[in-house]
Amino acid sequence: MNRKTMVEKTVKYVLTVCAVIAVAAVFSITVYMFLKGTTAFREIGIRELLFGTKWAPTAEEPSYGILYIILSSVVGTGAAVLIGVPIGLLTAVFFSEMAKGPMGGVVRSAVELLAAIPSVIYGLVGMMVLNPWMYRLEKAIYANDPTHRFTGGANLLAAVIVLAIMILPTVISVSTSSLKAVSVQLRQASLALGATKMQTIFKVVIPAAKSGILTGVVLGIGRALGEAMAINMVAGGAVNIPLPFHSVRTLTTQIVSEMGYAQGLHRQVLFTVGLVLYIFIMIVNFILLRVRKKEADRR
Amino acid sequence: MKKRILTMICAVGVMALALTGCGKSNSGKNDSKELSGTLSLAGSTSMEKLCEAMSESFMDVYPGVTVTVEYTGSGAGLESLASGSVDIGNASRHLKDGELSAGSVENVVAIDGIAVITDKKNTVTDISSEDLAKIYRGEIRNWSELGGKEEAIVVIGREAGSGTRDAFEELLGVKDACAYAQELDSTGAVLAKVGSISGAIGYVSLDVVDDSVTAVSIDGIEPTEEKILAGKYLLSRPFVMATKGDLTGQNELVKAWFDYISSDAGKQVIKKVGLIIPE
Repeated sequence: MNRKTMVEKTVKYVLTVCAVIAVAAVFSITVYMFLKGTTAFREIGIRELLFGTKWAPTAEEPSYGILYIILSSVVGTGAAVLIGVPIGLLTAVFFSEMAKGPMGGVVRSAVELLAAIPSVIYGLVGMMVLNPWMYRLEKAIYANDPTHRFTGGANLLAAVIVLAIMILPTVISVSTSSLKAVSVQLRQASLALGATKMQTIFKVVIPAAKSGILTGVVLGIGRALGEAMAINMVAGGAVNIPLPFHSVRTLTTQIVSEMGYAQGLHRQVLFTVGLVLYIFIMIVNFILLRVRKKEADRR
Repeated sequence: MKKRILTMICAVGVMALALTGCGKSNSGKNDSKELSGTLSLAGSTSMEKLCEAMSESFMDVYPGVTVTVEYTGSGAGLESLASGSVDIGNASRHLKDGELSAGSVENVVAIDGIAVITDKKNTVTDISSEDLAKIYRGEIRNWSELGGKEEAIVVIGREAGSGTRDAFEELLGVKDACAYAQELDSTGAVLAKVGSISGAIGYVSLDVVDDSVTAVSIDGIEPTEEKILAGKYLLSRPFVMATKGDLTGQNELVKAWFDYISSDAGKQVIKKVGLIIPE
């Protein structure tokens, strides 16, 4: 065997091994989560666990209902996407269609910086700035309501706002590149037909970039669903129905805050919470793959 | 060339002999004077600070001893003790009858106090234990009901599984009946939140209370060391290092450990981590 084929072969093996490591990691994590996460089902029962509303793992007669926790994650993520996506999309339009001068450069670097900020910083600012504002708002809204339980400003709304800001960079960057990929001929044709610039953007360019934007939205959902640190710091952490001024706990923060001291069945249920989160993320990724495939087919 | 190699081998051999000789004579000396081996503890998570500090300074004095501490929770620690897998079982409560009858002996090494804290501006500085329970159950929701100003009460606590929460709820008799507005996962977070939210109330270990919050009296008794030692303050609990059988029947290592705890150096450690020395 000569030198050249030796090198070729070695490189091939190295590459294969690297690929196998990634695949093995995903595979083993999946197997581990399913093995660990399903043991609690057998002891408590799927219904009681997933649809139970009482979370009291250390009580004399413990209760392990995680419905409110699941709902908090779903509602929190949904609301964050509803707020974050329009803002992100319009920012993307600004980048791709209008920002040509120094202004565009400034906004662009700001967005890049936003993506680089660690989530604990979002949490810190949320805790020190957003929560006191929320408490003032809460006091004003519920001033004459003796039944309301005051949360001190740490609530779902604060978490939603923080998440909406956190998903902005993802939505913006993916949407911008897909808007930019829309061919110039389409724009020119639209303008030549007498459409204004705004009509062209909203009726031609955005629909043409639809699947790329959708990719950004799905990636944003994934980010919001998986965020733990920032939410843990702003959302209050009590298990409640997800309403704007309720202190809530999501799937991620549930694991973060209780894993340290949990034992026995309590610990197993936390693995189930992890499994539920994992399944959500898998669904999100599955949708993402479908969207991307559709896009590829169209081209 | 050959000669040189031979001398080198000889030299190495002599050096090796000398080294092993030294090692042997040294370790022989140490064995007679100092202890060696492993001392294993398991139990209460609340006792982590105490155990870490104590084992660190203990191992400074006895370099041959390795102290391992696992934080599995009081119940689990006592189970490990009963099954013989550890030397000492840590518990942040008095032993239950079942545990005592299993042969475990309670040795109280320190006493922990839990302080109820409010924000600085709160005018209520004394709460009856009944009212405190009502606050935590969500039956009293405004400070004006306790003679304070018109301000909503924000009830802050720890997450399920926390030793402090467990002790607080049990000592106050509100186990699993609490309606928390916020459940935070660290002492520092509770302290920070209570200090910054007007109308907030929370609970933390007595030793971490600082100027940012007010520690309120309960039933007219302020949370101080004297009151706790006198057994008057409601929210206090013992830190127990339980052994299988009483101290006189323990091995050298365990005896040395308890001797160290009751020595001046050990007392210093207990004070340093903010705990109270039992009498």
